[in-house]
Amino acid sequence: MPLTQEDIKRLQEKAKDIRKTIVDITFTAGGGHIGGSLSQTDILVALYYKYLNIDPKKPRWEDRDRMILSKGHGGLGWAAILGEKGYFDKTLLKNFNKTGSPFGMHLDMLKVPGCDASTGSLGHGLGIAVGLALGAKMAGKKYRTYCVMGDGELCEGSVWEAAIIGAFHKLDNLTAFVDRNNLMIDGPTEEITQLDNLNDKFASFGWEVLRIDGHDFTAIGGAIEKAQTIKAKPTMIICDTVKGKCVDYMENDYKWHYGGLDSDMRDKALACIDNYYAKA
Amino acid sequence: MAEGMTWSIEEADKLTQAEVYGRVLTQLGEKDPKIIAMTADLAKSTKIGNFGQKFPERFINMGIAENSLFSVAAGLALAGYRPVVSTFAVFAALRSAEFVRTDICYQNLDVKIIATHAGISFGQAGSTHHCTEDIAVMRSFANMTVIVPADGIETGNAVAAAMDWPGPVYIRIGRGFEPPVNTTADYGFQIGKAVTMRDGKDITLICCGVTVLQAVRAAKILETQGLSVRIINMHTIKPIDKEVILKAVMETRRIVTIEEHNVLCGLGSAVAEVIVESGKACAFTKLGIPDQYVIVGYPEDLYNHYKIDADGIVEAVSALMGREIEADENWDDET
Ligand SMILES: Cc1ncc(C[n+]2csc(CCOP(=O)(O)OP(=O)(O)O)c2C)c(N)n1
Ligand SMILES: [Mg+2]
Repeated sequence: MPLTQEDIKRLQEKAKDIRKTIVDITFTAGGGHIGGSLSQTDILVALYYKYLNIDPKKPRWEDRDRMILSKGHGGLGWAAILGEKGYFDKTLLKNFNKTGSPFGMHLDMLKVPGCDASTGSLGHGLGIAVGLALGAKMAGKKYRTYCVMGDGELCEGSVWEAAIIGAFHKLDNLTAFVDRNNLMIDGPTEEITQLDNLNDKFASFGWEVLRIDGHDFTAIGGAIEKAQTIKAKPTMIICDTVKGKCVDYMENDYKWHYGGLDSDMRDKALACIDNYYAKA
Repeated sequence: MAEGMTWSIEEADKLTQAEVYGRVLTQLGEKDPKIIAMTADLAKSTKIGNFGQKFPERFINMGIAENSLFSVAAGLALAGYRPVVSTFAVFAALRSAEFVRTDICYQNLDVKIIATHAGISFGQAGSTHHCTEDIAVMRSFANMTVIVPADGIETGNAVAAAMDWPGPVYIRIGRGFEPPVNTTADYGFQIGKAVTMRDGKDITLICCGVTVLQAVRAAKILETQGLSVRIINMHTIKPIDKEVILKAVMETRRIVTIEEHNVLCGLGSAVAEVIVESGKACAFTKLGIPDQYVIVGYPEDLYNHYKIDADGIVEAVSALMGREIEADENWDDET
């Protein structure tokens, strides 16, 4: 069922709160992967607040949908959502990155309820997701597996190895996303290695490919629902996004891949977010 | 520039190891047009980008593709170039281990690997970024030389020396700023020759990397307790300086090794191999990260947590001083 106007309003409210939490954690943690956390937010919000079949009270429930954040450095933004969903006491997030905390920059499934795999080393998540989806088929389980990758991450050969095998096993219970913000750490993806044309690449590997605006909930919802109807192959949803989305001084600037905020910068960032949603 | 030195950086003692490395490599690049610098989207983080700014035509950023980073480096070496490759230690030593071993070490190619963010220097990042296994892995590769510099200045020395050393070299450095142990660079750094930082007759501390500073601090405390402590900076793990270890066995009979690495298979194990093969009695303890995955935290907190800081060393030394050792028959002949 397509998203209603109310759905979209609700998701936007959530996305706004999550983005603000991302800014707050970046401030208290003394730094964080804020750019990519802001670009992935709408994809994760749509999944967690609309589509995933999950129960935060039963994080290890066998039949839950699985969500693998292959771009594990987005752990900051992911933790903000898991905390808000009630997987753990969200006041714990003030210890993000602090000594002895369950939260490192990259989330650890042994320490963070709701985290289905310990990622952070890029190029692992799609393989894990393929394994989970394959496992579901072998066990006759109905759960779906979702995986969110960075675009720079696609440089890793292991992504393409997993893509080949995912298509070979016709994993129509697997939906993956690319957070296509066009930036990695050292600069724009197209100036370092040139990744385009991603649609053709994944299609030629046997995937259903959908291309959407990764900040438009109608489009995100439509693509997720479409993927659920595709038979006999996995779906790759390539989401055009903006790194640092909603914070004007961070947007599209690769230097904000990782950064720290002083209180002025934090306040400015929070105001930008309010502003953005006031206009929306 | 001091005599015999191929690099010179002002106030190298105020820079991180990586910052010194980036600048030294750039200086070496001016003299050697065969040097090619390579990374996988970590130009800024590893500071190899410093070279890239000066010599963009000799700089290759692979994107986030560590395995090909090492195979392409091997190809460039076969084509007559001298690749210097940087990424985080966890990717160089673990993700790409077989590429390093088969493409570079087996073929004995002239590729230098400078791996940053090693050990627990990126402690806040979590287990996927910690690397407490690299010394173990790299020293098990035939043909590989393994160096763990104590500070920025020693990093400069190690990088310069590596460029004059045949075959593959792995140099392990950290992430942030750690206070220096050296004040000048011309102390005669040589690959394979440990530096005795201080002489002593009661006990020997053998350390490398960030633990050298901790050992120096510990020795000051132990001195006030009346102990005469020898400190050996074993910057080269392979080939290891056997002579200096055997001398310490004979002269102090008590040895503690300290490393920011899994206590298995690293510096302590390399030293233990030498001691055991000597057949001489020696009270011995290895300090390091226990055989576990490290918790999240700031490096200095973690040094304390895992007892590889000055306090932890003092505690271990006190325990070891109380251990009885049985002198073998030839005790006197040995010394
Ligand atoms: C295997 C691996 N290599 C390198 C890194 C270091 N690293 C962390 S994030 C990043 C850039 C990621 O860029 P992208 O995938 O585009 O993510 P996003 O732009 O969404 O932040 C790199 C190189 C890593 N985490 N894992
Ligand atoms: Mg990106």
